Amino acid sequence: MSKDLKEYWRKNIRIMTWLLAIWAFVSYGLGIILVNPLNAIHIGGFPLGFWFAQQGSIYVFVVLIFVYCALMRKLDREYDVDE
Amino acid sequence: MGILGWTYVFVGLTFALYIYVAWRTRVADTKGFYVAGMGVPPVFNGMATAADWMSAASFISMAGLISFLGYPGAYYLMGWTGGYVLLALLLAPYLRKFGKYTVPDFVGDRYYSSAARLVAAACAIFVSYTYVCGQMRGVGVVFSRFLEVDINTGVIIGMCIVFIYAALGGMKGITWTQVCQYCVLIVAYIIPAVAISMMVTGIPIPQIGFGSTIAAGHPDAGKYLLDTLNIIAKDLGFVQYTATFATVNTNMLNVLCITFALMVGTAGLPHVIIRFYTVPTVRAARISAGWALLFIALLYTTAPAVAAFARYNMINTLNDKPYVERPNWYKNWQRPGLVAWVDKNGDGIIQYRPGAPFVGRPNFTGKDGKFGQPLLANKITTNKNELYIDRDIMVLASPEIGGLSAWVVGLVAAGGLAAALSTAAGLLLVVSSSISHDFYYRIINKNATEKQRLLVGRVMIGVAVVFAGYFGINPPAFVAQVVAFAFGLAASSFFPIILLGIFTKKTTREGAICGMVAGILFTGIYIIQTKFMGVGNWFLGITPEGIGTIGMLINFIVAIIVSTFTKEPPAEVQEIVESIRIPRGAGDASDH
Repeated sequence: MSKDLKEYWRKNIRIMTWLLAIWAFVSYGLGIILVNPLNAIHIGGFPLGFWFAQQGSIYVFVVLIFVYCALMRKLDREYDVDE
Repeated sequence: MGILGWTYVFVGLTFALYIYVAWRTRVADTKGFYVAGMGVPPVFNGMATAADWMSAASFISMAGLISFLGYPGAYYLMGWTGGYVLLALLLAPYLRKFGKYTVPDFVGDRYYSSAARLVAAACAIFVSYTYVCGQMRGVGVVFSRFLEVDINTGVIIGMCIVFIYAALGGMKGITWTQVCQYCVLIVAYIIPAVAISMMVTGIPIPQIGFGSTIAAGHPDAGKYLLDTLNIIAKDLGFVQYTATFATVNTNMLNVLCITFALMVGTAGLPHVIIRFYTVPTVRAARISAGWALLFIALLYTTAPAVAAFARYNMINTLNDKPYVERPNWYKNWQRPGLVAWVDKNGDGIIQYRPGAPFVGRPNFTGKDGKFGQPLLANKITTNKNELYIDRDIMVLASPEIGGLSAWVVGLVAAGGLAAALSTAAGLLLVVSSSISHDFYYRIINKNATEKQRLLVGRVMIGVAVVFAGYFGINPPAFVAQVVAFAFGLAASSFFPIILLGIFTKKTTREGAICGMVAGILFTGIYIIQTKFMGVGNWFLGITPEGIGTIGMLINFIVAIIVSTFTKEPPAEVQEIVESIRIPRGAGDASDH
């Protein structure tokens, strides 16, 4: 693997790691582990922890995938490995 | 036209549409049959994936499940959607670049081993098979509830329809019918949800109405819906709706394990993975995972709203009300036994309290009681609850609860069938391709012609349909239990091996096989012990639903350790790993 491609792969892993960290934080962190303290905060009729668990985490998942696509598209072009 | 008439119209029209689409997309080569010619545009692959993934259980049962669970319903919501992030970031782009036909193909090639291919194919068949039997049953149930035919006739009709379009069009036919089925099911789900949201809160968007105040003219008008549900629950002795970690035996570790096992299991299900082989490029594979999750999220964020509205409505219209004043939907759904009332204290008033009102499902004696209620032969329990409610009713009765006209009921029936059929078809294709491609072509007859392979593929769909139909008609007692199996095994077999295959070059054949076998054995034995042999949850109190997480870890650890002691993979395999990491050149599937 050439030096460029090694760098491409390293950057890919970094993007992935960050996005998966957000994924884990929102679902396991906000939706489950921190749900009790968050439930003290209310947004409209929603206790916040409950909202993250039943609604918010799903929205974040969708956004994460589209962000991943955009970042990877940029990276693919930068390293000239796009299709 | 009445409810039954409209139901026949919608079901008939949608079935005709599926057959027409299948005829238009019929295929003549194996590439079309297994991976839809790799020409599916990403948005449509997203719709097809959404329909493929959302089963009869998602459509009919999930809202009801959440309705009875409250907050813990979130484990399922997050578990069944979070897996798509893993799919998009960790699996889909690389498997698409690899570009073969099946999941065992990847395992067999990456681990340069027919044994690994066999283990993977056997897992794929087992996982898909346990799942498809439930779908055929689901088809029968929808038929019997909406069209007043017997469950078995319903299963047979469903078998014929699925066989026609799956055998004719293979993956291509399945893909385009799934696109239509997604449209049918999402419209059928959203319309009643919007109507109920309008009725209860005056807000047409269920996701927002769910967190709003109750509209004028209802009990507790002006108060927040979720607060009201909590108060009602407390008054009646239930666990509060938004209360956390309230169910028995819930420890935090177990909750995390269940959610994680559902996510990883979702990402490891072969019928979901192969959908990403059908798009033209790596970029399309990434983005279609995003579309898939967006389309799934439409239903999955609506379901918890429907759950809350339905619970509010159900309690307000039934609890502490005289039986003779019961609403119309109650009458409609009493006949198939989805609701039942036993007047324990003889006051003619329905009391809804925690606990089962009697043992098992309603078994009507055929005689009526003094308020006209059908009497039950079941053993009555000692608690104060008099009302039996099947969770499926939360969706099935939603058009009637929302005050919508008869045609919407027909649409919901068509939606339920679309959800069940689309999932069944995707699963049947995995079973068929595992047998005809991975076993027959790659192992038994490597010189098979295109025509022979296609014929075997079609025959195998037929065989799989017949078997699935048989188990749909004679469901083994453990059908409900095997769902934990499907997810647990997908999590503990495929996911770690595919991940290591992509992200490491040094994982060896021996490591992969030992890892898969260790993961499956641990998970399988644990589930059998705890579900069927009455052994307690001996591993850190983790329930069978969450044990796939531990099985996955065992698979990882065993594969990595064994790999360090065995001869490293040949150079050409390491080159495959390098090439799948780079998007360019995905082009066509290499046809061996």
